[in-house]
Amino acid sequence: MLLSITKNIHEWLFSLMPENVASIVEMTIIAIIYLTGFAVAGLFLVLMERRIAAWFQLRRGPNRVGFHGILQTIADALKLVSKELTGTIKADKFLYNLAPYFVIITALLALSVLPFTQDFQAFDINIGILFLIAISSIGVIGILLAGWSSNNKFSLIGAMRSGVQTISYELSVSLSLLTIVLMTGTLQLSEIVEVQKNGWLIVQGHIPAVIAFMIYMIAGTAETNRTPFDLVEAESELGAGFHTEYSGMKFAYFFLAEFINMFIIASIATTVFFGAWLSPFGITESIPLLGIFWFLAKTFVIVFLMMWFRWSFPRLRIDQILTLEWKYLLPINLVNLVVMAVIVWLGLTIQF
Amino acid sequence: MEPIVVNNNFKSEEYFINMGPQHPATHGVLRLLLTIDGEIIKKVEPDLGYIHRSIEKMCERDSYQQIVHLTDRMDYLSSNINNEAVCLAVENALQLEVPERVKVVRTIIGELTRIASHTLWWGVTGMDVGAFTTFFYGFRDREMINDIFEETCGARLTMNYNIPGGLMFDIHPNFVKRTKEFVAHFKTKLPEYDALLTNNVIFQHRTKGVGVLTKEDAISFGASGPVGRASGYSCDVRVHHPYSALDKVKFKEAIRTEGDTFARYKVRIQEMWESLSIIEQLIDNIPEGDHKVATNAVIKLPKGEFYQRVETARGELGVYIISTGTKNAHRVKFRSPGFSNLSLLNHISVGSKIGDLVAIMATLDLVIPDIDR
Amino acid sequence: MAWLNNSILEDMGYFSDIYQGIKSLLTGMSITGKYFLNFRKGSITQQYPENRETLKMFERFRGEVIMPHDENNEHRCTGCQACEIACPNGSIEIIWDRQLDEESGKKKKMIDKHIYHLGMCTMCGLCIEACPTDAIKWGQNFENSVYDRKYLDRVLNKPGSKLMKGVEE
Repeated sequence: MLLSITKNIHEWLFSLMPENVASIVEMTIIAIIYLTGFAVAGLFLVLMERRIAAWFQLRRGPNRVGFHGILQTIADALKLVSKELTGTIKADKFLYNLAPYFVIITALLALSVLPFTQDFQAFDINIGILFLIAISSIGVIGILLAGWSSNNKFSLIGAMRSGVQTISYELSVSLSLLTIVLMTGTLQLSEIVEVQKNGWLIVQGHIPAVIAFMIYMIAGTAETNRTPFDLVEAESELGAGFHTEYSGMKFAYFFLAEFINMFIIASIATTVFFGAWLSPFGITESIPLLGIFWFLAKTFVIVFLMMWFRWSFPRLRIDQILTLEWKYLLPINLVNLVVMAVIVWLGLTIQF
Repeated sequence: MEPIVVNNNFKSEEYFINMGPQHPATHGVLRLLLTIDGEIIKKVEPDLGYIHRSIEKMCERDSYQQIVHLTDRMDYLSSNINNEAVCLAVENALQLEVPERVKVVRTIIGELTRIASHTLWWGVTGMDVGAFTTFFYGFRDREMINDIFEETCGARLTMNYNIPGGLMFDIHPNFVKRTKEFVAHFKTKLPEYDALLTNNVIFQHRTKGVGVLTKEDAISFGASGPVGRASGYSCDVRVHHPYSALDKVKFKEAIRTEGDTFARYKVRIQEMWESLSIIEQLIDNIPEGDHKVATNAVIKLPKGEFYQRVETARGELGVYIISTGTKNAHRVKFRSPGFSNLSLLNHISVGSKIGDLVAIMATLDLVIPDIDR
Repeated sequence: MAWLNNSILEDMGYFSDIYQGIKSLLTGMSITGKYFLNFRKGSITQQYPENRETLKMFERFRGEVIMPHDENNEHRCTGCQACEIACPNGSIEIIWDRQLDEESGKKKKMIDKHIYHLGMCTMCGLCIEACPTDAIKWGQNFENSVYDRKYLDRVLNKPGSKLMKGVEE
């Protein structure tokens, strides 16, 4: 149904105006849809985080604005928009203003390649996973810029921590995804989903895939700078970390980007390990529209897992973060990669 | 006040950072001047005085009944024990024998205060090392104790329940029942504390071997309370100089020898168990009797010097009163545990990371009004 | 964390470390997870302004000092100033004078105003303990915020009130 709608709009646009104009208009429409989705997803995730945190902590959470507090984050966003943008006098103004856009644009870019359901994917690039990994490493530049340019030592410490952490954990994220790519033989996300019609990859790859998933979750949590890896904004050590000097909408950009990044990390896990929009055992294969439901359901389960981590664990220290990466995750990951290669070579994967 | 002399002979890689007076990890208005090389701490200089209220001077102005409530505002987390210290000092000076009932009730409330303080400390320690949820679990249990206090004393934090000569009024009829409920409840929750934080691998790595304090240093810095006991220094006033009803109960002094942050943590957890056992030993047989002995409306201490030491949740509190025989004290000096424990900070945190400093400060359990007075 | 050493024993420690670590993390998650699942009955916070009706403080709660008056607009304060002397902060001021008592025809000490400065009060309770006639008591009101500090200076005896009979005996 959805597919026919998009197809109809596509044909209608192209019949109405010349090809170039039509494709530009189409792109704009897609961009607007994604931007809206982006904002809604970000606001919803903030609300979800607050509610879930409250339930973990024997509290009630936001429940005043709207029905059960559902408009709380919208009210917060409105407040942030209307706030004055303050800044430090000795800040490097250009970089200071540039930094939030780096963070938010990279988060938005990564969203474009995610396969929400069959054919509902803005940009099905043939090196999808590589693109995602590359994009996610650009975000750290924004954080580094923010910390450096705001002329605050706490921000600088936070930013440097972020740099160290993200560069280290990139390796684990990439290697654990590479383990899975060994099975699929392609980097294109739509084809990875296609492969999983014979069973989700975490099932196909059994033991090494489960290990890869665990490593991916740990490294992904570190990539998004969330507890237990939230050294960047460790509130008991640095106050607020790299975004100490930001206010209003610029702060909101950082804040939203953080949550969108969490969503992206979870969606990649869904796409690569849990069959993206494929329903379990193909129970709703006849209704393609439900693919979005399945995709979001799986993603939010993983997001919930990350929230569960956040509200259960204490924070690591900076040297322990590096120890965990270089002395534990990386060796395990490399061994795991070889094991997976052997399994694929011997054809020991589980196929339905 | 003299300005802090900035040590200028630091290396080019080093820089200063101001931790506080408004900083989430300092739990109040403590300002730390850190000299840092990257993440590594080279020097910590505490700067005090942001919450100085001249309590000692006010004690010279007020009568002996009135100074009790000022001690609420020193170490506000063990306010009842502070009150008890002043009252004991005055009673000893007057050679006043308080009824047994008062002694037992004072001890029970003192131990409840200790548990309340330690639960709050536990929650805050968890929060300082990044586990936010512990804060609420700690507060949940502390809330039950606060309710007991509120029912009996009328206040949750600054209780002022002790007066020289006994208690302001008798315990509430529900006191025993509620305390028993709490003990039963807390016995099921303490293992949860262990499962959630103590045994957590991240927490153990964050705390073990961090901020090591040797026994010799503990003694020479005047460390007391859980900080001293974690270094193997047996310094529990309740054991060595028992006061109130503490000579009637049996309990083990919580001592560990490692002297690191984790040892300080474990000592406090163990102290909560010991406090529970003290309460259990006393709660069933609170002797009948008066809740106070009559004193003169104007208390005049005999001429002389009087010292009383008690064990608050943070360590040894000493109350030193010089009296010239008038209705006011000539001089009152509080030996507060927080001040000596803070003096350790530079010694044990040099060479560790910023994250470690926060963990160390959490387990020193500093209460800034106690340090500044 | 155990470093990667050459000895075999240490290598075994490497894996047991991982196992123990994951186990401890899962135990911690099970604790929070348990509370998450029981969030409906476990909430320890209160929905404050909504529960005003049911929110009742304990009878000994120290909210503010009040002076109870009976239905004849009579209080029990003789103006002895014991509370004023007992107060460590000077929160209580009693303005009194000697007035002619109608019954006995003698001049008697009577309060004109019993002023209570809530802003200076530390709720120590010494005034209430000192009062020989139980004229002042603790009120359970805890919503004491006002827009101007002048509202914190209260006159406790109501206008036109007088001393209850039989208090002085």
